[in-house]
Amino acid sequence: MNEWEVEFDHISKSFFGIRALSDVTFSVGKGQTLGLIGENGAGKSTLMNILGGVFEQDEGSIRLFGNEYNPSCPADATHAGIAFIHQELNLFTNLSIADNLFIDSFPRLGKSPFIDKSRLHKRAVDLLSSVDLHISAGTPVEMLTPGERQLVEIARAISQDARVIIFDEPTTSLTAVERKRLFDIIKRLQDQGRTIIYISHTLEDVLQVSDAIAVLRDGCLVSIGPARKYTIDRMISDMVGRRIEQMYPARRTAPGSAALLEVEGVTQPGIVRDISFKLHENEVLGIFGLMGSGRSELASITFGLDSRRTGRISIRAKDTAGSSPVMSIHNGLAFVTENRHQEGLLMEASVSENLYLTSLRKFTRLGPARIINRSEALESANRIAETLRIKSGPINKQKVKNLSGGNQQKVVIGKWLLTEPDVLILDEPTRGIDVGAKYEIYATINKLAEEGVGILYISSELEELTGMCDRILVMSNGEMRAEFARLDFDQEKILQAAFSGRAGYCTPSENGEN
Amino acid sequence: MSLKRNKLTHVVLNNTPLLLFTLLFIIFGLVAPKSLDYQSLENAVKQASYVGIIAVGMTFVLLTGGIDLSVGSNMYVSAAVAGLAMQHYSIGPWLALVLCLFVGSAFGAVNAFAVAKLKIMPFVVTLAMMVTGRGIGLMFSKSRAVNFPDSVTGLGSAELFGLIPYPIVVFAGVVFCAWLLLERTALGRQIYAVGFSKEAARKAGVSTDRALVTAYVLCGVFASLGGFISVAQLGNVNAGFGKGDEFDAIAAAVLGGVSLFGGAGRVFPGVVLGAVFIQAISIGLVSARVDLYLHPLIAAAFIFLAVLIDSLRNTYLAKLNRRNIRVEE
Repeated sequence: MNEWEVEFDHISKSFFGIRALSDVTFSVGKGQTLGLIGENGAGKSTLMNILGGVFEQDEGSIRLFGNEYNPSCPADATHAGIAFIHQELNLFTNLSIADNLFIDSFPRLGKSPFIDKSRLHKRAVDLLSSVDLHISAGTPVEMLTPGERQLVEIARAISQDARVIIFDEPTTSLTAVERKRLFDIIKRLQDQGRTIIYISHTLEDVLQVSDAIAVLRDGCLVSIGPARKYTIDRMISDMVGRRIEQMYPARRTAPGSAALLEVEGVTQPGIVRDISFKLHENEVLGIFGLMGSGRSELASITFGLDSRRTGRISIRAKDTAGSSPVMSIHNGLAFVTENRHQEGLLMEASVSENLYLTSLRKFTRLGPARIINRSEALESANRIAETLRIKSGPINKQKVKNLSGGNQQKVVIGKWLLTEPDVLILDEPTRGIDVGAKYEIYATINKLAEEGVGILYISSELEELTGMCDRILVMSNGEMRAEFARLDFDQEKILQAAFSGRAGYCTPSENGEN
Repeated sequence: MSLKRNKLTHVVLNNTPLLLFTLLFIIFGLVAPKSLDYQSLENAVKQASYVGIIAVGMTFVLLTGGIDLSVGSNMYVSAAVAGLAMQHYSIGPWLALVLCLFVGSAFGAVNAFAVAKLKIMPFVVTLAMMVTGRGIGLMFSKSRAVNFPDSVTGLGSAELFGLIPYPIVVFAGVVFCAWLLLERTALGRQIYAVGFSKEAARKAGVSTDRALVTAYVLCGVFASLGGFISVAQLGNVNAGFGKGDEFDAIAAAVLGGVSLFGGAGRVFPGVVLGAVFIQAISIGLVSARVDLYLHPLIAAAFIFLAVLIDSLRNTYLAKLNRRNIRVEE
């Protein structure tokens, strides 16, 4: 096979000085399915986004169908014959299937502006039958299941004559039947001479659909070869590998015995099932899971942002039934959310306003009038900014949006520290921040744990969890899979547990469904 | 089974205007049967036509996720300019109509430019144009009423084949054109796409600027057309002409099932029903001898109901679209 469709040649890319890809070189053959795997942050998405015209590489070049290829925007990539089927589908749910398929290329009646309805219908039916979707083309997309929507998007890719189709984690919300149908279609696309790049954490699926497999780790290509040379064990060990030990500050206290947060049998259909755990005083409890494992959703439910159908959550043995975020804060819970830009900060406001936002209640005076004592609030904010070493101008003048990522994250943490919480939930607290700021955040976490705060540390960075936590719980497919105490930490075993639920497509109860 | 239930909920949420309308008919049929005879219905539709035409224009803008608060001022300026031109240059009624529509489209073009190119929020742009337009109109007319000759007012009371009043004919024509554009042209479908998500539309290769410009310019044209028809019935344009009509137009569109979030709603039957609805309420209330002071409250209650259902619809859809991470067997 000498015919390469996509050739990556020494691709490197950095974001704010952090290397996301370094010197990645490999090729994908025509009509081949390449399985692309790696841990979160290994560089899979960055590489695909470069191919899809979202980012531009710093170094290196791409050749597409033998020609130099330099997309400047996603439309260029579409035009060149690349389709990207994202996890979050890109459909207009308010429009019909047919409208979605031809939104930029409606067939017209001659040269008139009017849509040729009969041709539209016929072409839509042809496309839909090519992906085995037998639903009227006039159906609004909002009435389709996630699996059916995905098929519509594949049909769209076919209609645009895509020669390379990238699937990003396509099976996460599919039933067993839909998953099988998807694989049949991928096979068919391949037989038509289309090239597939298949990204997934579901290693069984990758083994099943791929002709070749490429493994990325820390932005580097670790291995590439025919799929038959890979086993799941080899895939996992390639993904983990050996890494330079990072420095994690030591903690001087051991976890206490009093439970601060108790979660018992929490279930929300479609999200999490039967989750139970206890978080103790002075403890840092890690929750590890891959993308879509339900780790962040569990945090939202615990904090009262999302509802749960059954289960009990108590703080200091006090039940928090029907709680809202306001109640949670009152009960001593704090939640540093995953996405600081959209959920954690008022980007346009000053550093100090962000810092005292959640604890304004503490700085009121004149009794029931509740007038804010600004100088007192500012003083507290200043104190916390100093403790956390937030690098900023005068905090009542400096806007948060002009701080660096690390300092923004410190502001989010500082905001919650001002509420003096008993339990601090951290969701990906070090994502996208530089090493120095990371270290300072680790130190802050340790200091809090020493003071008695219970910390629920959610992360997809295994390295970080094994460095920081007393215990690690592993989630997958919305369920708790395993628990590891500090002495038994083993990255490979933890990762295996995180992948475990994904093989669960074949549990007896689900087989009966077919 | 759950799919069936979903379908039913869908049908209900997507046809709220029809359901509300039926509800209104039943209530009035019981309380004031007289309000349902042919003459009162024709009256309701005739009086609804000018607000209806403006509401159709407003629908284009609402579908893109925007809003146009300047249509009332647009009506005033374009009608006043046409009236003054008739007075001073003694142009005929048809030329006056063309002039009126030209001013209206120019008005819409300014909105379109500011929204699409300068990327200013539609609310702010059109609020500013609402004030500006009123100011320009007052300057031209020196705040005196502009009277129209009989050649114009004659049009207002004329009937096609001696049967259907012209305002209704024009309204029907506008609705048909709008329907054709929205349902049967690529541009129309793209307006829906832009209203759903500008970013997604751009990614899909849709020209968002073209969709926005079309929407605002058409809204301007239809506003001036609605104004002209209103003038043909009233005979003059005073300083308060068109004031508050923007809200009637928005209310008619929303009652007709057009979502303020953009991307959802239809001109026919939705907006037509919405516009007739507003007139029918006031006519019905009069013939039911309801206290005059209660009229606005009752009309407001219906509008509230329509907006509430719109909001429920969105919550419901958001819930349906929430991505599950587990597949429950």
